[in-house]
Amino acid sequence: MVSDSGHLSRFGHQDNRKSPQKNGLTDAGAVGTPPEPRPVAGDPPKLVVRNVSISYGKKMVLRDVSFEVRQNEIFGIIGPSGSGKTSLLRALNRMDFFVPGMSVQGSILFGGREVRMWRNVYALRRKIGVVFPLPVGLPLSVYDNVSLAPRLSGVRDPRRLDEIVERCLQRAALWDEVKDRLNSLGSLLSGGQQQRLTIARALSQEPDLLLLDEFSIAVDPVTTMRIEDVLQGLRQEMSIILVTNLVQQARRLADRTAFFLMGECVEVGDTEAIFSGDVKDPRTRAYVEGRFG
Amino acid sequence: MGSPESAEVAGAVEGAGVAEGAGVAASFAEDADARTMAWYVDKGVEILVFIGGVSAIIFIFGIFGFVMKEGAGFIAGSLDLGEFFTSPRWAPTSSYNPTYGALALIAGTASVTGLAMLLAVPFSLGTAIYIAEFATGRIREILKVLVELLAAIPSVVWGFIGLSIMNPLIIDLFNVPVGLSVLNSGIILGLMAAPIMTTIAEDALKAVPDTYREAAEALGATRWQVVFRVVLPAAKNGLVAAVLLGVGRGFGETMAVLMASGHSINIPTSVFDSVRALTATIAAELGETAVGSDHYKALFALGIFLFLVTFIINLTADLVIRGVRKR
Ligand SMILES: Nc1ncnc2c1ncn2[C@@H]1O[C@H](COP(=O)(O)OP(=O)(O)O)[C@@H](O)[C@H]1O
Ligand SMILES: [Mg+2]
Repeated sequence: MVSDSGHLSRFGHQDNRKSPQKNGLTDAGAVGTPPEPRPVAGDPPKLVVRNVSISYGKKMVLRDVSFEVRQNEIFGIIGPSGSGKTSLLRALNRMDFFVPGMSVQGSILFGGREVRMWRNVYALRRKIGVVFPLPVGLPLSVYDNVSLAPRLSGVRDPRRLDEIVERCLQRAALWDEVKDRLNSLGSLLSGGQQQRLTIARALSQEPDLLLLDEFSIAVDPVTTMRIEDVLQGLRQEMSIILVTNLVQQARRLADRTAFFLMGECVEVGDTEAIFSGDVKDPRTRAYVEGRFG
Repeated sequence: MGSPESAEVAGAVEGAGVAEGAGVAASFAEDADARTMAWYVDKGVEILVFIGGVSAIIFIFGIFGFVMKEGAGFIAGSLDLGEFFTSPRWAPTSSYNPTYGALALIAGTASVTGLAMLLAVPFSLGTAIYIAEFATGRIREILKVLVELLAAIPSVVWGFIGLSIMNPLIIDLFNVPVGLSVLNSGIILGLMAAPIMTTIAEDALKAVPDTYREAAEALGATRWQVVFRVVLPAAKNGLVAAVLLGVGRGFGETMAVLMASGHSINIPTSVFDSVRALTATIAAELGETAVGSDHYKALFALGIFLFLVTFIINLTADLVIRGVRKR
């Protein structure tokens, strides 16, 4: 088992939230949240990935992957390193554009539209927030880190910017720690704070889809738990793809989970099913149970 | 083999009654003091590098001492500093009233350097941004090689270009009587300083981690927005240092300015005026003065002034660069 399984009890209540039968249940942890919108299979999916293959030069690193991400869903992706998870995320918001030699085949529909057909790739990226594995506090002040995206998209009014900055930092559970040092450099914050800063920054662009790539890799367990709480709250407003190196994190958070292995999508299914051993491929069970590299 | 001290240490351990550990400690001690080949090489290199570093310092102080010795007495004694900085009349050879006013020379150097920077700074920053942020593959390699080639052209060749190409061109284009002027030497000096500034500025841009660019791009920033909002602020110190080193280069340049500026003592009122630079004055006159004469010493006073100004510029650049590292 992965070492973070100790947090499981803390998130025990989530098992309720995930079962569609107990739909209207509110989260005991979050204060005064309205009944959550649950991912419904019937809704038009937020993201459709169909037969996507990715190669760098001649080397194919992702083969024929297909899955859907629904509205308000946390979609987990697990798998050992080198299995092509980051490459897939790059393809989703068209960050492949500047990676030399990277080519993407297949179809990626975001909001019903082929991402390659967005003439304004910058507008696409604004709708898709990204949190990278290592926190990247831009060498700007905390305030400017969070207000950069709204400014880039034309927000000028300082009062409106103040509002956005405060709201995003609140939602990323960072406000209390930085409200007195908004003007100090973002890159001087601690690692865990910087990772929450990048989440606040990603929220400032008001994304429809949030991509998190192994966000907890450089973050302590306590901060990891705080961020997990944040994500629970965020799923009410957006879909989230959570690529994670911690199998148990997917179990705690994801509605459905995909297992990638060496460029292949071995399994996609309800997180429940995958973790209860109800899988199509024995390799999935092996990985989930930790009997795998 | 074990030196006397190591034997003592081993003995002390034994004496302390650590019976079993003593043998181990002795063999450690042997390793600890072993003079291996690598150890000798390391010491040797250390000494060589130390000599190199110290000799650089000695040379600098030697040169400074020499220049000071030749000029300092004159500055303290017969040179009127007020006149030096305020009089535009540089007439060291006048037999009845020798005057040492450096104002026109300072104005000459300042105007030429100023114009050169006006042209070179935007040009080289633009080139650096293009090479570092936009150009890819072969175009980028070719550009880098060209910039380096440009930096390798000797200054007398630049002077020659000013004299024989720019001069008639300026006369024709602007319909002025002389083409050896602030404009001519400013352009030449700008072209000379641009490659260094470009190279250093490009290094500064390259030092900005790609993760910053990626993070900004993921926010939906366009390439220009990435460059202006994130990369340039992050590289700010390095860019300032690039400009300052360019200024230093322009300030100290002699031969090209001597050939392209017209070399006539003048406080310029337009870019078409001929001027004379501090450096060019020293180069042109030093050979014709009697060693130890007032004129000779006055030239050294000019040298000290130049030395101080370039020293301050380089020191500032250095401090700015150090600011980069601290971040
Ligand atoms: N820019 C690149 N150029 C070439 N190969 C790459 C590049 N980025 C990733 N790869 C390769 O693609 C494969 C998948 O990498 P990645 O998507 O980062 O996997 P993961 O995120 O699952 O660890 C790896 O074998 C990696 O070496
Ligand atoms: Mg990865």
